[in-house]
Amino acid sequence: MVKVGIVGASGYVGGEVLRLLLSHGQVEVVSATSRQYAGEYVFKTHPNLKGVTNLQFSADDPLKVASKADVVFLTVPHGLSCKITPKLVETGVRILDMSADFRLKDPHAYEKWYGFTHPAPDLLGKFVYGLPELHRSELKGAKYVAVPGCMSTAAIVSLAPLAKAGLVEKDVIVDAKIGSSGAGGKPSLSTHFSERFGVVRVYKPVAHRHTAEIEQELNYVSGKSVQVGMTAHAVNMVRGILTTSHVMTSSKPEVAMIWKAYRGMYKDEPFVRFIMDKKGLYKYPDPKIAIGSNFADVGFEVDPYVNRIVVFGAIDNLIKGAAGNGVQSMNLMFGFDEKEGLNFPALHPV
Amino acid sequence: MKTTCEVCSGAIEVPNDAIKGEIVSCPDCGTEYEVIEVKEGGVSLKPAEEVGEDWGE
Repeated sequence: MVKVGIVGASGYVGGEVLRLLLSHGQVEVVSATSRQYAGEYVFKTHPNLKGVTNLQFSADDPLKVASKADVVFLTVPHGLSCKITPKLVETGVRILDMSADFRLKDPHAYEKWYGFTHPAPDLLGKFVYGLPELHRSELKGAKYVAVPGCMSTAAIVSLAPLAKAGLVEKDVIVDAKIGSSGAGGKPSLSTHFSERFGVVRVYKPVAHRHTAEIEQELNYVSGKSVQVGMTAHAVNMVRGILTTSHVMTSSKPEVAMIWKAYRGMYKDEPFVRFIMDKKGLYKYPDPKIAIGSNFADVGFEVDPYVNRIVVFGAIDNLIKGAAGNGVQSMNLMFGFDEKEGLNFPALHPV
Repeated sequence: MKTTCEVCSGAIEVPNDAIKGEIVSCPDCGTEYEVIEVKEGGVSLKPAEEVGEDWGE
């Protein structure tokens, strides 16, 4: 059994990593840390795990976790991971970083998008961007993985086939909608039920940080420079993301050609589903039928009136948008079945 | 019998005992086809007519 440690296990992502790993047939969780809740049963914070485990949060520091584990999930805030990681790298432990600190290849991008100078720029090139749909071969045997952002995942997975096929000619506009769990487990006045319930809140109209990841990966897959404009909304659900992206084309988009692009890239992907069913109960991707699963649902429609391709991506932000993607990447790192610990359908109805 | 969807290139399963007028649909994109002719070892299909849906007017 591969021994896994989770540093910062009390948040929502940490809880989902725990839930998935406790049902994984090839790993054993040897440490789940939380300074705030050290000594408490994990089910006190993650009540869905009651009856599943009697594991308690530990106060282990990251180096202590590394001494016990073969691989460490770092589920700590942006800006903290990049301070911890250089020391962990020296121990030889494998790392899955759930923060944004090693997702971007260009160190200057951290100044631009995250407002800090990256303290370990030499390590950026050592991390694989943990999106199996784009980087499967690099993830096999990888030592260090940067797990993508949630909205980035929905946008990149849904747009990549068009980018790869050369159908992204100009800028891309990404309109993202996300549920409340995307804001994490720490409450604030704006996440208080009275303020949060019922909102369709534009919380980041421009310059969302995930823009940098989306551009980086669309550039990678297209081989050219793609510019992305993104607007993010908080909407009235707990889990889930829907990205609606707009790709303008110079000529009338052809449905058959777009289908070919999606089939060509994703026909053998274990966690990508085409949701484009004119007669379906859900005609296009909707997070409601992805919630609880590691699936990324993609779909599109063409608008010949203004020569536009509208692209949809729907995921569970905590699973395919975080913990599930991390576990899928871990499976590739260790040569496990890619679907191990993730082979379950979404919840319905939810 | 299998045939290919002209919209998305998905594989459509047509029952061996399909009859003229029967409706079959693509499992991937949902496009519906009407069986217009049954021949030895194959069928001819045409896109079925559909009623549009509009919730916003």
